[in-house]
Amino acid sequence: MNSIWTIARKELSDSLRNRWLMAISLVFATLALGIAWFGAAASGQVGYASTPATIASLASLGIFLIPLIALLLAYDAIVGEEEGGTLLLLLTYPLSRSQLLLGKFLGHGLTLALATVIGFGVAGVAIAVLVENVAIASLAAAMLRFIGSTVLLGWGFIALAYVISVRVSEKPIAAGLALAIWFFFVLIFDLMLLGTLVASEGQFSAELLPWLLMLNPTDVYRLLNIVAFGDTAQLSGVLSLGADLPIGATGLWIGLVLWFAIPLAGALLLFRNRRI
Amino acid sequence: MSCFRLENVSYRYDKSPVLTGIDLTLEPGEILGLFGHNGAGKTTCIKLILGLMNPNQGSVSVLGGHAGDPQVTQHIGYLPENVMFYPQLTGREILNHFARLKGASLQQVPQLLEQVGLGDAMGARTKTYSKGMRQRLGLAQALLGKPRLLMLDEPTVGLDPVATADLYRLLRELRDGGTGIVLCSHVLPGVEPYIDRAAILTDGALKAAGDLAALRRQANMPVTLSLEPANSISALEHVIDRASSSSGLIIKTDSGRLRVDVQPREKMALLNAVMASGEVADLSIHQPSLEDIYVHFIGSGGLAHRGGSQ
Repeated sequence: MNSIWTIARKELSDSLRNRWLMAISLVFATLALGIAWFGAAASGQVGYASTPATIASLASLGIFLIPLIALLLAYDAIVGEEEGGTLLLLLTYPLSRSQLLLGKFLGHGLTLALATVIGFGVAGVAIAVLVENVAIASLAAAMLRFIGSTVLLGWGFIALAYVISVRVSEKPIAAGLALAIWFFFVLIFDLMLLGTLVASEGQFSAELLPWLLMLNPTDVYRLLNIVAFGDTAQLSGVLSLGADLPIGATGLWIGLVLWFAIPLAGALLLFRNRRI
Repeated sequence: MSCFRLENVSYRYDKSPVLTGIDLTLEPGEILGLFGHNGAGKTTCIKLILGLMNPNQGSVSVLGGHAGDPQVTQHIGYLPENVMFYPQLTGREILNHFARLKGASLQQVPQLLEQVGLGDAMGARTKTYSKGMRQRLGLAQALLGKPRLLMLDEPTVGLDPVATADLYRLLRELRDGGTGIVLCSHVLPGVEPYIDRAAILTDGALKAAGDLAALRRQANMPVTLSLEPANSISALEHVIDRASSSSGLIIKTDSGRLRVDVQPREKMALLNAVMASGEVADLSIHQPSLEDIYVHFIGSGGLAHRGGSQ
């Protein structure tokens, strides 16, 4: 446990040193405040629209930004140490490969969690203080849910980045594959699902189809933040499939947890069997 | 308890053998030189002892335990070839990080940095370090936590002559304190005075192992005498001809001196005869050096097939 924390602590202090933590927090806060203030712009006025609409917009932007930041933060976790020449040295220390990777995960995971809590937390407090007549209780609940799911989504993509990082031997390849993962989950997946829907002309099993959304962590994340308000009318595009999903919010939370636990377990397994 | 004991160890990378049937031990308080051409298997040997990989055959025991166990690696210091560090951290931060990983006291960090001559540079980021300074930091890293087994791969690369001498003095102190040390180097004349035993690897097999005297006996290479005649060269030549009945004696003349290659077991007889004759004014004896022995065992097969990867 001690050595896991030593590794994590270095990652944390690295992200403080290279201003990553500060930059991400700033981006999150700006984004949240921007959306809160100009959320009603579509209906012709400037001001706070409503908590559900704000969260829905934040979640829609979050699915682009969170995976990208997580992948960028973590893609070189192992391959970077290898190229830097420190991996071999680290492994001669009383430190197992699993401990090294878990330490990295703790460090990167805490960095992202801190940035999310600071960035969106500040925005949430600002909304609560500055907007008149906002229901504090429902805003707090929605913000907590949003921050929690954002952290889980980020961890999922950190774990996916590790799967790449322990497999490849060059940093540029890892970066390319990380971008490919982002592209697939954020842009391609929903298109493919939509295509399948249209092409199958209703032949596809209606019970099975909604479950396909669970195969994409970004869809689970969006569903979670929108469905929670009990307003399925907000669901657009392929997400409307989610209205038929027979699992509640708990199921979606479990889905997000699995989406970081399984890739992390996979990365650990791949790393352990890898030849140095 | 031996520092490490390799018994009949073989290792294959994919299908091609890297090491075959290696038997090698290191006792505490001993400096072992590990030599071989590029790709001979030195680095693989070290990786097996460090527990980074497991042998396909044979057994590796290190400090009385299993290679790679945390209780074992805690007592091993290792300096890899071409050591690299995190460029954005300072020397002190890096050493603190590694000390924490090793469970070593952080108080020894400044002392170690002073000891390797980085006292003034410990607050600077290592991207500003020269090759020699990185090497020193690597050494300090290897010395964390008073290791009982120290493995150094090309430790003197990038070090100036004074720093090299300091390093060897330090290694002697550690050896006298009971640390077992493995030294991999291509600078054979440099390490020769400091090693207790040498092991020579070629193509993944152990060609020879032992102290220098034993290796000399095993190699059975001639000793070279250089003689300055007291009166005339021919008189001295005559004495030598008579003294050595056996063949294999070569006499060369260069700048008024005689060079005689003699088999080790005939050396004393020849010396006695020459001394008794009174025909010699001066003489010097040249024993085969570590480099001569190394070339003998490696064979002068040339560079062509020695280019394999490590």
